[in-house]
Amino acid sequence: MQTRREMLTRSASVAAALAGLGLLPQAAQAAWSQAAFDAKTMGDLMKALGTSGPAESKDVTITGPDIAENGAVVPVGASTTLAGAKRILLLVEKNPSMLAALFEVTDAVEPNISTRVKMGQSSNVIAVVITADNKVLFAQKEIKVTLGGCGG
Amino acid sequence: MADPMRIRAQAAGDKTTVRVLMSHEMETGQRKDAAGKVIPAWFIQEVTANHNGKPVMTAQWGPSVAKNPFLQFVIKGAKAGDKVAITWKDNKGDTRTDEATVS
Repeated sequence: MQTRREMLTRSASVAAALAGLGLLPQAAQAAWSQAAFDAKTMGDLMKALGTSGPAESKDVTITGPDIAENGAVVPVGASTTLAGAKRILLLVEKNPSMLAALFEVTDAVEPNISTRVKMGQSSNVIAVVITADNKVLFAQKEIKVTLGGCGG
Repeated sequence: MADPMRIRAQAAGDKTTVRVLMSHEMETGQRKDAAGKVIPAWFIQEVTANHNGKPVMTAQWGPSVAKNPFLQFVIKGAKAGDKVAITWKDNKGDTRTDEATVS
């Protein structure tokens, strides 16, 4: 269960990390963004992507099981009811690198994507949606893992 | 060369649900083999989806996408007979493209 206090702390730390940055230009679209996939925290990630701090939103939905028996294959989905979604990110908070997948969607695709991720341990899974007008919104869900998927 | 992807694209009304199952190890670079050596990372980095030759979605993946990755998304306005092509590229430079017809 995520408390309001934890949420506020996280938002504050992210905001602090981003305070000096302003809005950086969008990273080059074509290349695989090494920096984003190296990011260990939400702040680093947002910095790598050149966007501002995320806000929790009811317009973003994350789907997944409450308990995953096998962390090597955890089905998760991200969707939003907002129009103009540009990027959809799936994050696993406690994995060695937080960002699992980054989808760049066009208007021809519904902002509703499902895939499967690996999870090293029980953790929050976060869906982040970045809209065309640079709003960054997220939703999260805790998924408990009984068998990790990252170790040997 | 990697095994072919399995792609299903089914139209319902004006929306087409595309389900893709790729065949890939998705090695994270975190695991060790029996001798204690780290198994090098090997995973799909980029995925592109084309609808009738026009890119509709691109994705960047990290090593934490599961082995033999599954991907589902919905294309607006695609109809039966349209072509949906998926291309992936992994961190060793391997690439594969497969195409399916919307049914």
